[in-house]
Amino acid sequence: MVEEEGFRRYVAHIILWIGIAIVAFPVYIAIVASTQDNALIANGQMSLLPGGHFFKTYYQTIFIGTSGSTREPVGNMMLNSLVMALLIAVGKIAISIISAYAIVYFRFPFRMPIFWLIFITLMLPVEVRIYPTYKIVADLHMLDSYAGLSLPLIASATATLLFRQFFMTVPDELLEASRIDGAGPLRFFWDTLLPLSRTNMAALFVILFILGWNQYLWPLLITTRDDMQTIQIGIRKMITTTDALTEWPIVMATAVLAMLPPVFVVVAMQKLFVRGLVETEK
Amino acid sequence: MANVTLRNVRKTYPGGFEAIKGIDVDVGDGQFCVLVGPSGCGKSTLLRMVAGLETVTGGEIDIGGRVVNQIEPADRDIAMVFQNYALYPHMSVYNNMAYGLRNRGMAEAEIKTRVGEAARVLELSAMLERKPRQLSGGQRQRVAMGRAIVRQPKVFLFDEPLSNLDAKLRIAMRVEIRRLQRRLNTTSIYVTHDQLEAMTLADILVVMNGGQVEQVGNPLAIYQKPATTFVASFIGAPPMNLMSTRPDEIKSQLGGSAGEAGILGIRPEDFVITDQTPAGGVALPLTVEAIERVGAETFVYGSRAQEDQRVAATPGELPPGEVIVRLPGTEAPAIGQQIRVAAVRQKLHLFSGDGRKRLEA
Repeated sequence: MVEEEGFRRYVAHIILWIGIAIVAFPVYIAIVASTQDNALIANGQMSLLPGGHFFKTYYQTIFIGTSGSTREPVGNMMLNSLVMALLIAVGKIAISIISAYAIVYFRFPFRMPIFWLIFITLMLPVEVRIYPTYKIVADLHMLDSYAGLSLPLIASATATLLFRQFFMTVPDELLEASRIDGAGPLRFFWDTLLPLSRTNMAALFVILFILGWNQYLWPLLITTRDDMQTIQIGIRKMITTTDALTEWPIVMATAVLAMLPPVFVVVAMQKLFVRGLVETEK
Repeated sequence: MANVTLRNVRKTYPGGFEAIKGIDVDVGDGQFCVLVGPSGCGKSTLLRMVAGLETVTGGEIDIGGRVVNQIEPADRDIAMVFQNYALYPHMSVYNNMAYGLRNRGMAEAEIKTRVGEAARVLELSAMLERKPRQLSGGQRQRVAMGRAIVRQPKVFLFDEPLSNLDAKLRIAMRVEIRRLQRRLNTTSIYVTHDQLEAMTLADILVVMNGGQVEQVGNPLAIYQKPATTFVASFIGAPPMNLMSTRPDEIKSQLGGSAGEAGILGIRPEDFVITDQTPAGGVALPLTVEAIERVGAETFVYGSRAQEDQRVAATPGELPPGEVIVRLPGTEAPAIGQQIRVAAVRQKLHLFSGDGRKRLEA
C-alpha cells in the first residue's frame, strides 16, 4: 500500500470513520435501546446514552420473553436457531463433501447426469420449490421438528460444487501415491482428502451457519408451536402487537442476541475462513 | 528382488488411441532400467502400467515371476517416486514415510526403525517433524525417495523424479539415486526425457518412440551403434548429424551392401579439422555459421558448400544442410571462415533410407 501524506491521509481516515459510524450506529442504538425503560422509548424520549435496565431487560428476554406476543423465552428461540443452523451447516458439509468425492473420484454409470442434476438444484432454492417441499415435509410428519427445519435446506448444490472444484485441484498423484501406499477409497478420503479440505470446510461452515441462522421464510412456514420458533421469527412477532405496546427494549435485546452467534462464529473461524477463501494449500 | 518382464504389452485407450504398441522388455534382478524418449512416446504410460495405475489392454507384466496385470498397485510390491513428489501436504515427513507401512499393519516399532534408517541414509533425520511445504525441492525429493525406500519393495519406479529440480541439484540427485540403487540392489525402472540422465543411470536403456521400442541395450552400445536414425539423433548431445546419400556412394565409397539411397550419420565429436580425406571416410567443406564456446569444447555450426548439396535434408534434428562439429575448447574458427572437416571410416553410421534400419558395413 502507498503511504499517503498529511492532509490526504486525514481525508481518507475521516471517510472511513463516517462509513464505520453509518454501519455501527444502528447497532449502537439497538444496544442502547435494550437498556432503556420501555415507557421512555414509547414516548419518543429515548436517550442516546445507555440506560440502567441492562440486566433486567436481558434477564427477561432470555428467560421469560415478552409478556404478550411470543409467549416464549428468547433463550429457547436461540437454541432452536442454533440447532437449526448447526444442522444445516454440518449436514450440508457432510453430504456435499461425500457427493463431491463420489463425483470426482469414481466412475459410475450416469455420473455426469447426476452431477448436472445436483447442479440444477442451484437454480431451485427453497423459496422457489416451497410448496412441494412443504408438502413433502408435511407428509413425512416433520412439521414443527428440527428435521423439518433443517433437511430441506441441507439439500443443495453450492457446497457440492465447491468441494468438487477443490477436489479437482488436488493432484492426481496424491491419489496414486495413496493407492500404492495401500490406502483404499475410504482411507484416501479420510486420511488425505478431509485434512486437505479443512480450510474449505471452515469457510463453508461460516457461510452456511449464518445462512441457516438467518433463515426466515422456511421456519415461518413449518413451525407453528411456540417452543419451535426461531429467533428471527421471534423478533418479527414481537414487533407486531395488536393492542399492546411493543416492548422495544426486549425487541432490541433480542436483536442484539440474534447478532451474537454469527459474530462469534466469524471471529472464531476468521483465520481458517480467510485461508479457505484465498489459499490453495497443496 | 525381482525381474520385471514385459511381454508384448499394449495399451489402447477407450477412444481407440494406441499409446503402447506391443513392448517386450526384460529387466534383470537388481538392474537399473531407464525408459527414455520424447514427450508423448508412452514411456510414462508404460511405467504407470507397471505400477498398476493404468490398466493393461494387452500382453503381460510379470514382476518376480508373478503376472500382475490384475493386481492392485498396493499388492504389486512396488514403490513409486512421482515427478511432483506427491507428498501428503498435511503430514509430517515422518508420517509421509510411515503412511504406507501403517496401512500394511506394520508394528510401530518396526516403522520407526525403517523410517529412521531411511532418514539417516537420505540425511533427513533433522526434519522428520516438518511438513513438506517447509522443505526445499531437493529435500522433498529425498522424502519421496524415502517413502519408496522404507517399503523395501521388489521394484522402484521413478517417473521423471528430477525434472522439477534445478540443474545443479539434478546432477547431485542423479548420482545419489544411482548410489542408493546400487546399495539397495533393487530392480528399478526410471522414466526420463533427458538423454544425459538416461545414459548415466542406466544398466539397460530402452529408447522409445511413438509407443514402440526403438532400441534396447547397454547405453554405451546404443550410443556407439544406434539401430535407427531416431535413436541416433536422440541419444547423444548435440545430436548426430544425419545426411542422405546416393546409392552409388553407399556402394563404392562406404562399402554398404544395399543398392538404395541411405542416410549417413556422423557424431559432432567424431569430426576433426583436416585437409586430408581418410581412407573410406568422409570429408565435408563447411562455412562456419555460428559457434558456441562452452569452455572445454567448442561447437561449430556450419553449412555445407553449395556444390555439396547432394548431401541434403535429413530426418535428423538439424535444419537442412547444417552440420554440427565439436572441437576442443582451444579451437575457435571465425564466423564465415571456410573449414574442412573429416571423419574416419569407423566413425560413420549408415542407415537405410527410411531411417528404420542400421546398415552394417
